[in-house]
Amino acid sequence: MATLAISDAPDGRRVLALSGRLDANSIRRVWAEGRAAIAAASRQRVVVDATNVDYCDGAGIALLVDLIAQRKPGDVQVANLAPAFEALLSQFDVREVERDQDPPPRPRGGIEDIGIIAAGIGNDLRDQVVFVGETAAALWYALLHPASVRWKDVWRICERVGADALPIVALISFLLGVILAFQSAIPMRRFGAEIFVADLIGLAMLRELGPLMTAILLAGRSGAAFAAEIGTMTVNQEVDALTTMGLDPVRFLVTPRIIAALLMTPLLTLFADLISLLGGALTLQSFSIPFVTFVHEVEAIVDYSDFMAGFVKSFVFAILIAGIGCLRGLQTTAGASSVGNAATRAVVSGIVLLVAVDGIFAVVYYLLDI
Amino acid sequence: MVSGQPIIRVRDLTVGYADVPLLEHVSFDVRPGEIFVILGGSGSGKSTLLKHMIGLDEPIGGSVLIDGADIVAARGDARRAILRKIGVMYQSGALFGSMTLAQNVRLPLEEYTDLTSDEIELIARMKLSLVGLALFTGHLPAEVSGGMQKRAAIARAMALDPMILFLDEPSAGLDPITSAELDALIKRLSRNLGVTFVVVTHELPSIFAIADRVIMIDRRVKGIIAEGDPRKLRTESTDPWVRQFFNREAEPLPT
Repeated sequence: MATLAISDAPDGRRVLALSGRLDANSIRRVWAEGRAAIAAASRQRVVVDATNVDYCDGAGIALLVDLIAQRKPGDVQVANLAPAFEALLSQFDVREVERDQDPPPRPRGGIEDIGIIAAGIGNDLRDQVVFVGETAAALWYALLHPASVRWKDVWRICERVGADALPIVALISFLLGVILAFQSAIPMRRFGAEIFVADLIGLAMLRELGPLMTAILLAGRSGAAFAAEIGTMTVNQEVDALTTMGLDPVRFLVTPRIIAALLMTPLLTLFADLISLLGGALTLQSFSIPFVTFVHEVEAIVDYSDFMAGFVKSFVFAILIAGIGCLRGLQTTAGASSVGNAATRAVVSGIVLLVAVDGIFAVVYYLLDI
Repeated sequence: MVSGQPIIRVRDLTVGYADVPLLEHVSFDVRPGEIFVILGGSGSGKSTLLKHMIGLDEPIGGSVLIDGADIVAARGDARRAILRKIGVMYQSGALFGSMTLAQNVRLPLEEYTDLTSDEIELIARMKLSLVGLALFTGHLPAEVSGGMQKRAAIARAMALDPMILFLDEPSAGLDPITSAELDALIKRLSRNLGVTFVVVTHELPSIFAIADRVIMIDRRVKGIIAEGDPRKLRTESTDPWVRQFFNREAEPLPT
């Protein structure tokens, strides 16, 4: 434990006698007392007497430095510090360490902030336009030269994007079918109109919810995976290695992923449509609507154009999800946190784009009367 | 051995980020067959210079002629033609993690040649045996040590028999024995295959073991402060900082 005794010397100087251990666990009280004593002795010179200090570490030295720095140079002196501790104290220039020699940068003004954000958005937009161009060129090249596509990679990615996603797509779309049927059947029953629940589920799932839910699931699963995978490759200089081998990273990394997503997303959408109808049909059984009646009702109301309206969207969604995932991966800078950022940005901008494009589809379909 | 016209000519090269130059108006030549080492203190811009020499980054100004063709200005097929003449080993190895060592070496061969799969497999195995990894062709990069990854990266860089191999900090993070083995490998490949090496490093034992010629760059002058044989620079340089570097002396702390 450290203690502080305050007395006046015959020559008029104020003496602060420290004793005991000066370490991080014991100096808190004497630090405050020492400061107060120096402040109180504003007209006197001060001597910090360390004769009885039997241990002093870095924290203790900080205390001494702080006490010395309370006044102008020479006014506070440390006396009788053991040589071993004196050597520690002599490492530091008191005035230098008291002052922050690397102050935080001047805070930016609001206008500067707006400028920086605007420039960031501008750069991001430019990156996206360049990426869309490069990807379109790479896909066109792949179409003209199918042998140039790394099909082994495509099948591997297909398995991960498609087959591995079946359980979660099945679960979500089944639940969606059940919930939609149940929630609408209860009010409809009051009008004896339970049978029209089949119409609702058929139209809503095939036109809108099937493709959209599948796409959102894929954005969370595969979009994030693409971004993290390519992001890690960027951080590990693997993308640089491709570039210096003269191999275009877009053709090599992006094309197989977009092709795999294009092949798998529509199939998953089809699967989600069917499973959600199954969920709806099973729910309606408990409202005394037999399976056959459900199927007939859906067949009567949902026609081929409704199915195609949703199916066509799933191709566009596939390009969006895979494209944005790969773009975010390629935009990764350095460090583990930027890979995490890339994955997050892939999911967030993927979902925002999906919703926006779905809105555009709704308007176009309305105008075309589909 | 070292002879003839320079194989790389760097002229008036100014490099940096966001228009803040790190090196200004740097010019030097690399001769065919030599082991050329770029050295300098940490943060001096060695790796940045290398990135510009292999065309990964766009310089602020100047040119890098590789076997007569400017990699800075080249686009499309012309650029690919230049890139075929060089191989690069990155500091981390940068092997593709999902592929075995053999598949990593196969990749450039598959992309650039019309050889059959069996022929490519044989070449890949030969390249890996050249760097002493014949027993590890089926291993994934994560399954072998850091030194082996770097050797495999050299094998991949040599897949298409380039004229020039660029190595970024080959001995960084390796123990002294592995590091010496890598130096011996570089010497052997240079002697037996006649490949030109451009090596970025600041490991003194490596420099003395392998370098035919060095340039030393420094951020204070934003350029080259010494050029020549490292064994001579160690004793004969007039620049105290250069002598300090080669004799591994610490700079006195500012007082």
